[in-house]
Amino acid sequence: MMEAVSLPPFERFYETWSGEILAFLRRRLGPAEAEDAFQETFLRALRGYGRLEHGRELRAWAYTIAARVVADTHRRRRPAGEPVEGAAADARPAYAEIEHLAGDLPPTERAAVVLRYGYDLSYEDIGAALGSNAVAARQAASSGIRRLRRKELQ
Amino acid sequence: MTSVPEPLDVRFRSAAASSGFLDVAYNLVDTPLGTLLLAASPRGLCRIAYDPEPERQAEELATRFGVRVLRAPLDDPRRQLDEYFEGRRRSFDLELDLADVRPFPRRVLEHLAQVPYGEVTTYGRLAAQAERPRAARAVGTVMNRNPIPIVLPCHRVVGSSGKLVGYGGGLDRKERLLRLEGALL
Repeated sequence: MMEAVSLPPFERFYETWSGEILAFLRRRLGPAEAEDAFQETFLRALRGYGRLEHGRELRAWAYTIAARVVADTHRRRRPAGEPVEGAAADARPAYAEIEHLAGDLPPTERAAVVLRYGYDLSYEDIGAALGSNAVAARQAASSGIRRLRRKELQ
Repeated sequence: MTSVPEPLDVRFRSAAASSGFLDVAYNLVDTPLGTLLLAASPRGLCRIAYDPEPERQAEELATRFGVRVLRAPLDDPRRQLDEYFEGRRRSFDLELDLADVRPFPRRVLEHLAQVPYGEVTTYGRLAAQAERPRAARAVGTVMNRNPIPIVLPCHRVVGSSGKLVGYGGGLDRKERLLRLEGALL
């Protein structure tokens, strides 16, 4: 049985992960854009925080939100009107598809799959998000993918 | 380990405060009576605490009001407290949130709020006003647990003999507040 982990006050979540998430955003976006992305990430986190049911996987959750903000920032950078290759304008972005598909996986595998295939994070960053390392992240992602394939064949 | 530069941190906290997503904003304020912790929900001020222990109090606030508790600016209550301590303000113009206070204590606190600046009342009189005339001792307990001291002026409540009796923040603070208001010479 999984031990119950109660959700800490948002202050503690913010104090614990804000530095690390800022470093991640700087790596992905550069120092200037990272500042707006930082604010956006933690405002989104604040909005969703009250709906979380427990305090497990908060780090991976924070990375998932940050990665989504990075993806949105990249999309906004594309000049308006430029067609998105091979996709209808109203298609769901890749990460939304993946998050949907991976919804039933165990938490660590789900986070690894979503961060790798939805947001294109390196295994180093995913390892950081999961509080482990690149090797463990690669294993979690591939076992998640195997599990998804098995489900698809059923 | 990266730390968040102060301007960025300040910017996030004030954006959070005006986002409408916080269950409680709290902050530390320096006053002549020492550092106070102030906390407010979207409905109003819900805590003033002497000798703050922010981590423990953030937990307690999260349990009672919701987990979205963040240290964030509370400009209006802070300004009004400053004015009060400078002797430039005699009453507070603040919404209060007593949602987590039970009915009897709340009734007592509502009567307490009517006691004017610079005057005192007694535990017995407050008990009578709350329709429990023999509950002076219970009123004492309510004063001791007052979630918003100073603004809800439990320092203006004294024993029937005029003795100060007690104060959640310590008797010397009660004395200083009454002196500030000119109720003690």
